[in-house]
Amino acid sequence: MIRWIDRRLGVDSWARKGLRKVFPDHWSFLLGEIALFTFLVLLATGIFLTLFYRPDATPVVYDGPYEPLRGREVSAAYESVLRLSFQVRAGLVMRQIHHWAALVFVASIVVHAARVFFTGAFRRPREVNWLVGVGLLVLALMMGFTGYSLPDDLLSGTGLRIAYSALISIPFIGPYLAYLAFGGEFPTHGIIPRLFVMHVMLFPALLIALITAHLAILVQQKHTQFPGPGRREDNVVGKRLWPSQVFKSTGLMLLTAAVLAVMGGLVQINPVWTYGPFDATIVSAPAQPDWYMGWLEGAIRLFPPFEPQIFGVTIPAMFIPGVVLPGVFFTLLALWPFLEQRVTRDMAEHHLLERPRDNPVRTGIGAGALAFVAILTLAGGNDVLALMFNIPVEAITWFFRIAVLVGPVVGGYVAYRIARDLRDGATPAFGRKRGVMLRRTPGGGYEEEGS
Amino acid sequence: MLVRLAFAASMVASIALVVLYLRGGERTAEGVLLGVALGGLGLGITVWATRLMDPPEVEEAREPLASPDGKSLVDMLRDEEDVTRRVVLVRMLLGAAGTLVAALAIPTLSLGPAPGSDLGRTKWRRGLRAVGADGRAVRPLDIPLEGVRTIFPEGFAGEPDSQAVVIRVAPGLLELEGRRAEWAPEDCVAYSKICTHAGCPVGLYRSAAHELLCPCHQSTFDVLRGAVPLFGPAVRPLPQLPLAVDEEGYLVALSDFTEAAGPSYWNIERSDEL
Repeated sequence: MIRWIDRRLGVDSWARKGLRKVFPDHWSFLLGEIALFTFLVLLATGIFLTLFYRPDATPVVYDGPYEPLRGREVSAAYESVLRLSFQVRAGLVMRQIHHWAALVFVASIVVHAARVFFTGAFRRPREVNWLVGVGLLVLALMMGFTGYSLPDDLLSGTGLRIAYSALISIPFIGPYLAYLAFGGEFPTHGIIPRLFVMHVMLFPALLIALITAHLAILVQQKHTQFPGPGRREDNVVGKRLWPSQVFKSTGLMLLTAAVLAVMGGLVQINPVWTYGPFDATIVSAPAQPDWYMGWLEGAIRLFPPFEPQIFGVTIPAMFIPGVVLPGVFFTLLALWPFLEQRVTRDMAEHHLLERPRDNPVRTGIGAGALAFVAILTLAGGNDVLALMFNIPVEAITWFFRIAVLVGPVVGGYVAYRIARDLRDGATPAFGRKRGVMLRRTPGGGYEEEGS
Repeated sequence: MLVRLAFAASMVASIALVVLYLRGGERTAEGVLLGVALGGLGLGITVWATRLMDPPEVEEAREPLASPDGKSLVDMLRDEEDVTRRVVLVRMLLGAAGTLVAALAIPTLSLGPAPGSDLGRTKWRRGLRAVGADGRAVRPLDIPLEGVRTIFPEGFAGEPDSQAVVIRVAPGLLELEGRRAEWAPEDCVAYSKICTHAGCPVGLYRSAAHELLCPCHQSTFDVLRGAVPLFGPAVRPLPQLPLAVDEEGYLVALSDFTEAAGPSYWNIERSDEL
């Protein structure tokens, strides 16, 4: 069989070469694989869901088995999600696995990106793959947003409404963009089919193309490795792909899918029947988006009431937190390798990774950025926190308004100091010293490094 | 041993999954069985890889990434004189291609209408009665004291951009300025229900404090004083709906909102003129 294929395609030697590829072993290199495997789960469950979902906002009267909504007028899209959840066998478990996988997909991309950032793996020659990776992150967010908007429930309708308000807030072109995107003034019937086409065709095609590029570039440039005995800039030390790495990766893929399956079975997520169908005159409270949108929600909630008029042009309060902030954030993220090159004047190729402590400034900046996003994410739940701790939401908002300015600076500085002290072998100013560097003496004993 | 056990568990779970499906299915059991089926296989393979395999570490050289012969693609393309000699033709070609792309991009405009003056307007007109979501006209006493009703213009019940809240406050509390005081008959004051920040329905009324609260981003509006924002990211007050009571005792609009309802945009009218 294999010989039959090889005689026609000549792929045997190519495949053998591929399976002999050397792969450095480190647990953190598996984070990107988790993202990849989660994507496969999303594809498989997503195809199943597509066969039952109806991208149609036409009103119908619900007469399914879910008692509280029977007789209510709902959209055909919402009705199809309820039918999928209650009447299609294995439908609900597929839907819940899909939603959980979407949350894990974005999370694993974020953690993988943090690994690449803090170890300097984005440095030359890998700037291009960093850009592809940032593109994948943005696409993953768009996939998440378009996906959870499809059920046309009350919560997702609120998300769409806020997206519309952010779009319309852009000076000069905002109203035109919003009308083009939504097909008129919010709420429109036309938005559901558009979201559907983006979610099941446009974005997946782009995702698959970019994932292919991401992996092809990885193979072409070979993997980075941590410094160690025999590991140099001009070699790769590791185990061959076949058999151990293939086994490990396949095992990881199946285990990732297993965890998602158990979560999809046991842990309820996005129960749209309890939110109710979309209604332009109602909003549920507290309304929380999926976790990866929380930081933008937080920024919108924290932003002070500031709507200046410059030469008669209103700059809406939504514009800076809702449009400028994500724009600047992702631009800086994408340009980071080039910014760092410009500052450090380090244009050399790097295949050996750094530990976070080896580059305290970068570590500090990265930690500050993570703190910024984390504080905004918490602020996105200010109403939930107010309810939970029985504190006025105004007080919580003011706390976060200050924290989002102070927290990143403090967090970044602490991370910088810890990294610097660890690098220099000093006792860290924060936290306790975790170990000592020992040196073998000529006599066979040990002594502490630097003593 | 563990590997065998894991593979066996996976097989059993897969069979059980099929049986469960054929017998009608059940969400939690489906998830758990699928997890065991996948996880058993994954665990077995992983344990096999980590415990039963010990391949040696090997070293592979990294070749330089730049092309070794030092030539460039641009040189190769330029060397073809049949292309590069004809400067005018090349420019015309690029120009025509660019024009074509621009022409092909134009149908994007079919996606939506251009926003006209309707962006700031609603369906409220002078003489239209206020009706509930059920289409029935509303009288002041239909609203409980310190209660809230969502109203629409007569004939447009449920129209999203025209939704308004009417609140009947205790007599003598309203402190509306100028003409606004005349727009609140029998202490019934109505405001656009669409938040001026991000467009959410301002659905929560804190009757003790006389505040309308938007649940999306916690913008708070002072009901007694023309819905000026007290807290949160909203800047513009909720537009007030000029109301009166007609001969039959029903709430009726005196005009459309006097300011644009809904979230802000760059050329929104912010005047208070009728």
